[in-house]
Amino acid sequence: MDQLVIGGRSLQSRLFIGTGKYSADTLIPEVVKKSGSEVITVALRRIDFNSPTGNVMDHIPSGMQLLPNTSGARNAQEAIRIARLAKAAGCGNWIKIEVISDNKYLLPDGYETIKATEVLAGEGFVVLPYISPDLMVAKQLVEVGAAAVMPLGAPIGSNRGLKTKELLRILIEEIALPVIVDAGIGKPSDACEAMEMGAAACLLNTAIASANQPELMAEAFGMAVAAGRKAYLAGLGRSEKYASSSSPLTGFLHN
Amino acid sequence: MSFYDEYLQYSNADMEEVFQHTTSADIERIIGKDRLTPRDFLALLSPKAEDYLEWMAQKANQLTVQNFGRVILLYTPMYLSDYCTNKCTYCGFNVTNAFTRKQLTMEEVEKEAQTVAASGIQHILILTGDAPAIAGVPYMKECVAILKRYFSSIAIEVYAMEEEEYAQLMEAGVESMTMYQETYNPILYDRLHVKGPKKDYRYRLDAPERACKAGMRAVNIGALLGLDDWRRDGFFTGLHANYLQNKYPGVEVSISLPRIRPTMGNCETGNSVNDKSIVQFMTAFRLFMPRAGMPLSTRENAEFRNHAIKLGITKMSAGVQTAVGGHIDSQENSGQFAVSDTRNVKEMSDAILQLGYQPVFKDWQAI
Repeated sequence: MDQLVIGGRSLQSRLFIGTGKYSADTLIPEVVKKSGSEVITVALRRIDFNSPTGNVMDHIPSGMQLLPNTSGARNAQEAIRIARLAKAAGCGNWIKIEVISDNKYLLPDGYETIKATEVLAGEGFVVLPYISPDLMVAKQLVEVGAAAVMPLGAPIGSNRGLKTKELLRILIEEIALPVIVDAGIGKPSDACEAMEMGAAACLLNTAIASANQPELMAEAFGMAVAAGRKAYLAGLGRSEKYASSSSPLTGFLHN
Repeated sequence: MSFYDEYLQYSNADMEEVFQHTTSADIERIIGKDRLTPRDFLALLSPKAEDYLEWMAQKANQLTVQNFGRVILLYTPMYLSDYCTNKCTYCGFNVTNAFTRKQLTMEEVEKEAQTVAASGIQHILILTGDAPAIAGVPYMKECVAILKRYFSSIAIEVYAMEEEEYAQLMEAGVESMTMYQETYNPILYDRLHVKGPKKDYRYRLDAPERACKAGMRAVNIGALLGLDDWRRDGFFTGLHANYLQNKYPGVEVSISLPRIRPTMGNCETGNSVNDKSIVQFMTAFRLFMPRAGMPLSTRENAEFRNHAIKLGITKMSAGVQTAVGGHIDSQENSGQFAVSDTRNVKEMSDAILQLGYQPVFKDWQAI
């Protein structure tokens, strides 16, 4: 049975989803159900623990693996504080490190991400850092104890697809940890392509949340990720630039 | 280097000429672009672009949903003090306006906080006039210490300060600031701000940058549309926001689009800004800065605000009282401006839901 194991937990689904940007949090249970996803990320800073009418956590089906994220952190220190608070608030010990000090493109800060990962992994967190697909950063994250690496396919929320494909390919080849493509995936075909390349999983939010019918889009992504994974396991045939010629150039060689 | 240098580069440009040379083909090409230059933004503010309002609106809607989702953050302003030493011709707090001034005591701040927090609001914007001797940094810090217990995010809209003073307020718990330049036209600015510390155009112009330098998380700027030609002030507001975002990438930069409302000290400005113009500015700015926030106040009426949700707005105020102490005593009527959309927080939330958006009460917490 093909399973993804992270932080000691076996996952059947390789699609991780988010909780932001929905027109109503009440859509989340159906999105979860239709996508088949087992991991869901939530920004700790946005959880309204004091609200009398409840908060986003009330809509996350039990049994899902929570992946709180450090959205809003501008440096390692802030990310570490958020992670500890998430744990104290009962969100478990998984944490997605997101350190961003660029509000224009939302590109992550590799150096601060490595620092935060080192501290939190040392404290027993299952750390999934969001990074630019930089091989050296990824290697250092392996060194300091990350549980996976999460390189971007394109800037967050851009829906532009796998713009960083060549760099992702290198990470998938070189990094022994699960490589989870996070951010930029706009269409199910993008997710499928990432999985065909050998990505361990995909994390996406905007493409589902901003669809006209989020539940239907969630289902489409679930199928695309599963299809891409199967294709990867089956071993894709070689792709040829030219058709196999029926009049081969070396056909005259007889001995 | 300050934004003033950038302002000077453009201030002598003949905008009329740019507008005259902008063709329909230019507008169509710009709407199709991923990233707009300041020159593109200016073209979208041209009279010619009015013919393309629906195109701009469609693109603005798509960019806003993509970058912010179908959510609207709700906040409420709290007026702490209306003492003011400035004489600004368009403002109700004008020092020469004869009315009984009021400043909240700490007990009153607490009561106001309880009332506002009970409505579900978690993002609060505190406002004062310009009277540092009475409602200065020490007073604000005292207020913030109380408000911190009730709200997850505290923003200030007060007089222009030194970087060090912004740092002190942040230390106390403030994380966001709003500063309207009112008008970027220095000659008009000088005429409208008859006397008082606000008369110093450059000091105010550089205030948002001083807040950025102090490490403020979010900075909101704006011009009071209707004082000068809205196309001109709209352009400089966008240019200013772009300058700040490029120089301080970690800061969440946003713009407001207030247009002049009747106040007690009403003045005739002669530059009325109609709904179409506001929408043109709103959508042009969204295309220029897809990731920048755009709050919309209750100066606008309910119908307009309902429509604006789909045109690029990201935050809205609700349950607004523009008088000091207005939340605990709604008889107060000496407000800074007249509120057009009087819906309370519950009514506003319901309207947002009805439009297929989620009202959000918290998207930040100081950690």
